Amino acid sequence: MTATATTATVDFGAELSRETVAARAPWSAVLTAGQVLTIVDLDGNQAIDFLAYAAADTARAYSAQATLQEQDSVYLSVGSVLRDNESNPLLTIIADDCGRHDTLGGACSKESNTLRYGLHTWAQHACVENFLAEGSRRVLGKRDLVSNINWFMNVPVDPDGALGIVDGISAPGLAVSLRAETDTLVLVSNCPQINNPCNGFNPSRAEMIISAGATS
Amino acid sequence: MAAAPARPASSWPAADEAVVAGVVAADRLVWAETVAGGGYSHKVLARGTTLRLTDLAGDACAHLLLFNADQPFERLNVADTVKVQWQVYAAAGQLLLSDQGRVLATVVADSSGRHDTIYGTSTAVRNTARYGDGAAQGATPAGRELFALAGAKNGLSRRDLPPSVSFFQGVRIDDDGRPGFTGSAGAGASVTLRTEMPVIVLIANTAHPLDDRADYASTPLEVLAWADAPTTPADPLWDASPEGRRAFVNTADYLAARGLK
Repeated sequence: MTATATTATVDFGAELSRETVAARAPWSAVLTAGQVLTIVDLDGNQAIDFLAYAAADTARAYSAQATLQEQDSVYLSVGSVLRDNESNPLLTIIADDCGRHDTLGGACSKESNTLRYGLHTWAQHACVENFLAEGSRRVLGKRDLVSNINWFMNVPVDPDGALGIVDGISAPGLAVSLRAETDTLVLVSNCPQINNPCNGFNPSRAEMIISAGATS
Repeated sequence: MAAAPARPASSWPAADEAVVAGVVAADRLVWAETVAGGGYSHKVLARGTTLRLTDLAGDACAHLLLFNADQPFERLNVADTVKVQWQVYAAAGQLLLSDQGRVLATVVADSSGRHDTIYGTSTAVRNTARYGDGAAQGATPAGRELFALAGAKNGLSRRDLPPSVSFFQGVRIDDDGRPGFTGSAGAGASVTLRTEMPVIVLIANTAHPLDDRADYASTPLEVLAWADAPTTPADPLWDASPEGRRAFVNTADYLAARGLK
């Protein structure tokens, strides 16, 4: 595996399922160890919020902090091992067309929207609503929501510590692929945010492809 | 140096009162303790409590979690804290935000400047790999193991332990996104927080996960807290930023409905 591995150059094995996630909608699935999830930014410039849990013990949630402790960058790309809060591997990024993804900025919520954009945005849909709604079907609740991954989102850390949310570096059809290292529940919010550039001010579709994994 | 919490806090030993002199009268103390290197502590604090942490010997690292004491599923949200304030480096004036858009506590003074919001605390897996052991009762305990114990005594499980912040051991991110460990500011540095809601405080004092020294280093942390006043609209901090003001307004709205002043 190299830093140039893209979804066009890596073998994911047989395709098992392919689903389109509507703009602003949630999605979830359980991946069996070895299976590959490919997340496609179908229409471009779309942030896709993502959490993962060990299917056998959902107290073992994805941990941005444990993940970053074990790599030499605050950004996620090919080779990043997504770890749970006990530092056990859940997923590995095996292909990436985008080059850099965020795990510092967390998800948008109605509550944080009131801080960032004002109380008048309270009625707007938000990623935490998606996580709670979809999570409730998987016996996950509010306690299970932690700092997540924002696929296709560009959140640079400036030298003075300033954190930006800037124009996406993604484009239509770009994708990222994750191999499950253990049976893993993945929880997705196709981000509905309309108050910053993370979705190009126009939330759009995502595609989720599950593959069997390379047999080699 | 006190090895155990003072009970009552106002009985904090005379030898340490010099540290307190000029800061607070002993009879206002509600928490007075030295947390050993590799130790943990926890306390439920009223709104309007001042909490001062001091790195006594230069190698404390205070890993911190905060929860709304009334409904602990509302808790410190590190991502919202850094995103809403556009800043990953903690400093005086920082608001520690919950997932409900409210202020759990504010950082009101800081003489260290070496803090971290990105890397959280260590795991048993990581400390076992680095030092040979990560158990809470061992010589090189992982912060998550210490948090698990501190949390359990407040009815919280491992599921309730979200990303944390830490004080007194710094990390800086370079232009390429790589972290650099900057260590401590030396013995005597302190950070002062002010609680803006009733909170459960969990503290784990153990080496920062990116501490690049081969040998585990963790020295005592002094914890002092005393009854004081929360931030009000007359305080410049209330209006320091539009985002912060809205967080204080959200907090006041919650407290008013809850019957808390």
